[in-house]
Amino acid sequence: MGVGGLVSIPALLHRNATEFGSAPAYREKEFGIWQSWTWAETREEIEALALGLLDLGLAEGDFVAVIGRNRPHLYWSMMAVQMCGAIPVPLYQDAAAEEMAYTLGHCGARFVIAGDQEQVDKVIEVQGELPDFEQIIYLDPRGLRKYDHSKLHQYSHVQEAGRAKRDELSPEMARRIAKLDYDSTCVMLYTSGTTGKPKGVVLSNRNVIETSKSSSEFDGLRQSDDILAYLPMAWVGDFIFSVGQALWTGFCTNCPESAETMHMNLREIGPTYYFAPPRVFENQLTNVMIRMEDASRFKQRMFHYFMGHARKVGPAILDGKSVGLMDRLKYALGELMVYGPLKNTLGFSRVRVGYTAGEAIGPEIFDFYRSMGINLKQLYGQTEATVFITAQPDGEVRSDTVGVKCPGVELKIAENGEVFYRSPGVFVEYYKNAESTADTKDSEGWVATGDAGFIEVDTGHLRIIDRAKDVGQMASGALFAPKYVENKLKFFPNILEAVVFGSGREECTAFINIDLTAVGNWAERNNIGYASYQELAQHPQVLSTITAHVEEVNTSVAEDEMLSSCQVHRFVVLHKQLDADDGELTRTQKVRRRIIEEKYGDIIAALYDGSSEISTTTEVTYEDGRKGSISATLIICDAKVVPVQTKMAAE
Amino acid sequence: MLDQAEGYTTADGRKIGAVVMEMKNITLRFGGVEAIKDISFDIREGEIRAIIGPNGAGKSSMLNVISGFYVPQDGEVFYKGMPRPPMKPYQVARQGIARTFQNIALFEGMSVLDNVMTGRLTHMKTGLFAQSFWKGKAEAEETENREVAEKIIDFLEIQAIRKTPVSRLPYGLKKRVELARALAAEPSLLLLDEPMAGMNVEEKEDMSRFILDVNDEFGTTIALIEHDMGVVMDLSDRVVVMDYGKKIGDGTPDEVRGNQAVVDAYLGVAHD
Repeated sequence: MGVGGLVSIPALLHRNATEFGSAPAYREKEFGIWQSWTWAETREEIEALALGLLDLGLAEGDFVAVIGRNRPHLYWSMMAVQMCGAIPVPLYQDAAAEEMAYTLGHCGARFVIAGDQEQVDKVIEVQGELPDFEQIIYLDPRGLRKYDHSKLHQYSHVQEAGRAKRDELSPEMARRIAKLDYDSTCVMLYTSGTTGKPKGVVLSNRNVIETSKSSSEFDGLRQSDDILAYLPMAWVGDFIFSVGQALWTGFCTNCPESAETMHMNLREIGPTYYFAPPRVFENQLTNVMIRMEDASRFKQRMFHYFMGHARKVGPAILDGKSVGLMDRLKYALGELMVYGPLKNTLGFSRVRVGYTAGEAIGPEIFDFYRSMGINLKQLYGQTEATVFITAQPDGEVRSDTVGVKCPGVELKIAENGEVFYRSPGVFVEYYKNAESTADTKDSEGWVATGDAGFIEVDTGHLRIIDRAKDVGQMASGALFAPKYVENKLKFFPNILEAVVFGSGREECTAFINIDLTAVGNWAERNNIGYASYQELAQHPQVLSTITAHVEEVNTSVAEDEMLSSCQVHRFVVLHKQLDADDGELTRTQKVRRRIIEEKYGDIIAALYDGSSEISTTTEVTYEDGRKGSISATLIICDAKVVPVQTKMAAE
Repeated sequence: MLDQAEGYTTADGRKIGAVVMEMKNITLRFGGVEAIKDISFDIREGEIRAIIGPNGAGKSSMLNVISGFYVPQDGEVFYKGMPRPPMKPYQVARQGIARTFQNIALFEGMSVLDNVMTGRLTHMKTGLFAQSFWKGKAEAEETENREVAEKIIDFLEIQAIRKTPVSRLPYGLKKRVELARALAAEPSLLLLDEPMAGMNVEEKEDMSRFILDVNDEFGTTIALIEHDMGVVMDLSDRVVVMDYGKKIGDGTPDEVRGNQAVVDAYLGVAHD
């Protein structure tokens, strides 16, 4: 049973509005000012919308798609939908119209709540393929004045209609809320679809509330905490942080003014609980380093001196271990001169709990933040687990593990190395896909993560090696784990993305994407002119730098006995950035190996046939869905490899 | 063709109102050069009116006549039915006319927000003294005007550069800031001098969308000069075509496109 009758999101909302009615629940920067809503105001807004939705004929069990950037009104719309006994389905707002057509059609949404004209346009474009679709409710009226309003309703008008019929419709709403229990569906979230079509993951109130409760307790989250909601609303993490945990603990969710102002808004709010994928931390560190190079010599020396000291003692101080008095004093001085101001600039002054997940984070990057006293930790999770599988407790933080199992979670490792888990957060099913549900979740409730890993015997920490199905064998029979090598490559600021090939082959090869920010800045500093990304990527000096990075990685890979065959022998620096619009990455920026292998087959062939360069033409998709193509001649580079030990033994 | 008093309805269903500004037989000379020769046309309420023509056709001169900066030697300008006497620029601004410039004319050292706020100056009434000490009315007035400025910043999606000095912005964004400043004056007639000059395709698309949205959202009448024929034909309701100071065409984009004189002016004809 639920905790004290708190078995649904509307029940939690009611509790918050009663218990912390005057505390801020949502903030959003608009017109240059942070607008704020208390929990009591939030409930009123949500109820008004829910009544308006009832008035429009929203039925119990309906799916309602919510599409747009992070805005309080869209979070409210999800809760309003729940109040009507219907199920919110947040969708990725940057998805193209056809991608949206699939998910909208799959869940058969009758209602769509859209943030602005862009989203409305996409839905209208594909409505012909959606037999169930009926109405759109839009938030920002801009540009929509001239549209045919037979299927369109403005958000605020729906609320007004709801308020006007409060007396008439309230009993129906109360009846529907009362019917919600721990096993009713809370939300449906589509997986990003690393392989194939996205799957609709059905999560119950039990999944969401139990997970929110245990994870909030694990990290001691408080009602007075602040978070910044800037990650896609369709992603399970955002749903748990900005809806699940926010409602459970009653903390305040802050929404940035626009995607471009995120970093400024981060600084203004100074969240106490913060989540970001490794990419965000990498970018921030790259920016700090670039700006330091432009600083005066005195500032540079001060920065490097104190950062050096922080690397030595910072993590120990953060973990509460004993450190010498002199070191402590020096660290305090550093805090005053460097760490404090830097944390303030980054918006991390108040972070008490910070998480990163989704991809491996470079040890240097991870240590940089921790040494400054930011409690950055790693967690491991997935949509099917309602996020949390493992997380690092305070004081046990390392860059190479993903932590110990979360409260209530059971773990086991299969013979092939695949990680399985069972927890109260385990999803109900994949919507309309019993076959996949059965493949993923067995009758005892164990779920396959699809990741290969192992549990450290002495610490109980889980370490993830790679996607289980990506782990393969090379022609020699040696273990092939591409992600392991790619991560090492990506830890270099100059390398944005890497894809390693080698399954069933004699040797490994790689595609590399340069990081335009880092490499572009380097080029500027060294007076190297370039007209395009493509030209910069093929510059001889860039290629030699990347070669040096690859060789460094080879040395490090060679040290690992199991994976020493995964050294990269030959590679190309790609002429275009791998992009989700081209289907090469998922919307959550994960590499889609099969698609890349197919699309760039000619380049892969050239990597293995010994040619020194390859001319190729690649189709690209622009943001608005139009297609074009770019052609280029790519130089194929050779990298030195460290002789593999087994070979040496044979000699 | 047009009903003088009633206006017309565009293809996409917008109602275009009565004549706001009328040019009657305008001739403008600089010494011996006739920049504009006997041109007449009108601008109607709520429409997007374009003036196009090859280089040196007299487009910018025409816009300067509309804005009241140049006083023509012959002919008359009627604004809202009244003949317009020669005026100072601030008087023009108070009449509800705002403009942007071909070569950006922003205050480079000031932030985007401050630049946009300068567009509000004609709406401020408190004196120098009150504003210096920022007390009472002056404070309330600034809050009010800031609100308008912020709505426009939101509308043109330049929140991220609100506090950035204009000198640090790329060209395309500067153009947008200039539009923001003109809009801050809440004009009833907006004059745009080559709003897309020097922009890439994506920036042009953005700017076109903003121009359409301004017209749609605020009902602002817009007169624009533009080089890019594609943009003009897509955006405007009616087009005046000029060549060597003369009007060689006037009508809807389709009518103008079919006009032989216009085709010749753009593609060139063999001279005898």
